[in-house]
Amino acid sequence: MSKRMLPFALALALMSTAAHARQAGSQSPGGPNAAKAGEFEFRINCAFCHGLGARGGGRGPELTRARKRHASSDAELFRVISNGIPGTAMPANGTNGQGVGMTEEEIWQLVAYIRSVEVRAPVVPAGNAAHGKELFFGDGNCSACHMVQGKGGRLGPDLTGVAGTRTVEAITDSVRNPSGRLAQGLMEATKEFAQEYETATVVTSDGTEIKGTTLNEDDFSVQIIDQSDRLHLFEKDKLRSFTKSRHSLMPPYKASLLSDADLQDLIAYLISVAQ
Amino acid sequence: MNRFLAILSICFLAGYVQAQVTFTRLLNSAKEPQNWLTYSGDYGGRRFSPLDQINTGNVHSLVVKWVYQTAAAGKFETTPLAVDGVLYGTAPDNRAFALDAHTGRPIWLYQRQLPSDIRPCCGRVNRGLAILGHKVFMGTLDAHVIALDAKTGNVTWDVSTVDYTQGYSFTLAPLAVKNLIIVGASGGEYGIRGFIDAYDADSGQREWRFYTVPGRGEPGNDTWEGDSWQIGGAPAWITGVYDPVSNQLFWPTGNPSPSNRGAGRAGDNLYSNSLLALNADTGKLNWYFQFTKHDEHDWDATQVPIMIDSGDQRLIAQANRNGFFYVLDRTTGKLLSATPYGKVTWSDSKDAEGRPVANKESSPTLEGRVVCPGALGKTNWMSPTFSSQTGLFYVSAREQCDIFSTAPQPYEAGHAYYGSAYFPADETEPYWGAVRAIDPSNGQMKWEFRHVSPSWSGVLSTAGGLVFTGDAEGNLTALDAASGKALWHFQTGGAVYASPMAFAVDGREFVAIAAGSSLYVFGLPK
Repeated sequence: MSKRMLPFALALALMSTAAHARQAGSQSPGGPNAAKAGEFEFRINCAFCHGLGARGGGRGPELTRARKRHASSDAELFRVISNGIPGTAMPANGTNGQGVGMTEEEIWQLVAYIRSVEVRAPVVPAGNAAHGKELFFGDGNCSACHMVQGKGGRLGPDLTGVAGTRTVEAITDSVRNPSGRLAQGLMEATKEFAQEYETATVVTSDGTEIKGTTLNEDDFSVQIIDQSDRLHLFEKDKLRSFTKSRHSLMPPYKASLLSDADLQDLIAYLISVAQ
Repeated sequence: MNRFLAILSICFLAGYVQAQVTFTRLLNSAKEPQNWLTYSGDYGGRRFSPLDQINTGNVHSLVVKWVYQTAAAGKFETTPLAVDGVLYGTAPDNRAFALDAHTGRPIWLYQRQLPSDIRPCCGRVNRGLAILGHKVFMGTLDAHVIALDAKTGNVTWDVSTVDYTQGYSFTLAPLAVKNLIIVGASGGEYGIRGFIDAYDADSGQREWRFYTVPGRGEPGNDTWEGDSWQIGGAPAWITGVYDPVSNQLFWPTGNPSPSNRGAGRAGDNLYSNSLLALNADTGKLNWYFQFTKHDEHDWDATQVPIMIDSGDQRLIAQANRNGFFYVLDRTTGKLLSATPYGKVTWSDSKDAEGRPVANKESSPTLEGRVVCPGALGKTNWMSPTFSSQTGLFYVSAREQCDIFSTAPQPYEAGHAYYGSAYFPADETEPYWGAVRAIDPSNGQMKWEFRHVSPSWSGVLSTAGGLVFTGDAEGNLTALDAASGKALWHFQTGGAVYASPMAFAVDGREFVAIAAGSSLYVFGLPK
């Protein structure tokens, strides 16, 4: 079942700080045995997007940090797994079209497993968030293509929540080597949220060339955001050509362009807005 | 003319008299091209409509005639039956409906009260009904077979076939043959022991059962390690075909359990991923052909096989989930050819019979291994079609590879039992799909029509020189059957998880497709 998801922005961030208040009776994740059983459930039901060991994949956020955007208590985690997260690619249990819906007991085992792989220490930003913000909207030129908190461009993914769902390593890798991971494809039931960041090039009937990323596409039409953040709506049979490349329009921000210290500041800024 | 006769003739003129659907009518479905009497449109599995009013010359003007909204969440996989001006279909959660084929207005609706602990693997889906006599028949998610009065939707009989809490369900459209209603179990993800059943259409009494995993002492049981046969899977969840000449059913089976881990079930694992030739009266096995031995990639053979007659050759062809297009002699089960119809990496060689043999390095590992096709296969359950007009076999193909990783797991009754996980291998290679036209005489591709993503829609061919198919983005598209050129499309607004069909009312041809949660019917402008 293929479906896509914003490599960065989409938030499924199940997670919590917290001393995890256990609830009574069966309404709790259970102990190490449950976590072991939950590991299997995770591989079958979750790892497709969230990666082996919950360390994140091309589609879904990593889930190993204690702070989770959409759920803090065990009960909330249970609810998110059961019901999905509206407005994101996180489907309700049993509705992703692949695999089998879990029983309540199995969901609790999954909660136990997710708790067992959490890294308790919070992420401490090493950099200067204020300077990172200046870079984001200034010399770094990030906001030409990316939004944070509603400001910026839409050519690339919205980065408001990215630090809540991706590891520092994953963000670093994406800045230094943007073409490395252009994920696409998630559950078809949530396809309306699909977007990928391949470079699309169209040549219109009058010979005009437009480069950008596709917002939405089917066999007969394509929506393209160009590098000036303009939306173009095309019928494919009216175009002279339409091609896509697995190369990102984002330039690789090598150390010569963005120093390690500046990158740390940027990430510190993204962490500050994600919290 | 007396008054009685006048009323009678009015009824006939208006098409209000519903004649019963006899076995003879099912056998001779080609004589009533306005109707669509079985899941695949005929007993041969061809999904070919002899109607030609909508054709390559006028399809560009096709318009929506009506839409029926089921209001049911979940994948809408039905192929409706068309019988004398009435459409009979199903919707998620074992809904059934009869619609006025002129207007789309419901005549009756049925919804089963399902228990909360059913175990469908892949959505609360159903693919359609069978019709025989004055009844329609449905397999349910709680593993019952039920008969509904075709006039009212009232339940005529309801039989429990097996304990659904062990992971059994029915999702397929049953097949009516003689006075029998044939169904096959779903549940390959639960460690079931698969079977194909036949029920008396009048009483609901079971007439025979064929276990798709042989029991102790039976031929083939020795292809399973130890007691692994007891939870061996091999479901039979897609509607098979029927050859009246030999009185045989040809029924395909699905994956061994657990689906992606071979440890613990050493051997070929018969009759998983096979085509079975069964005597329709007794369920006795005449021959079998296993497409994928000892499967570790979930490559169910549950694709509708198509009977093709070529000269004096009596063939049966299947575009298999494992990526090969197989042609067999349907009298003997002998393999005649096996040709890949897309990217395949699991097999580079063939055995003495010409059967593709798995490479050693295709088995899943703990760290994961990329194999093509992926777990969802080169194709899946969506129907192919064979056009007797073009002589081509059309299939919806998926270009998608996956990383297969083992995840050892103990069996527990009624619980999901995969033994592995798979992940997309698309970071370097995006997924896509295509309708492909294959020449069955040599297995070669004549043309393809590309989709931007893999489709879950089946394919219909018609005597109008057309091929209809849907896609994941919601289009229904008409292609030129000879060239693959797109001639018309309509955006339904919902992903297609169904196969199109065609019918006619009052001499006017229509094409129907389930998309999103609605049934769309298209026709030419008046």
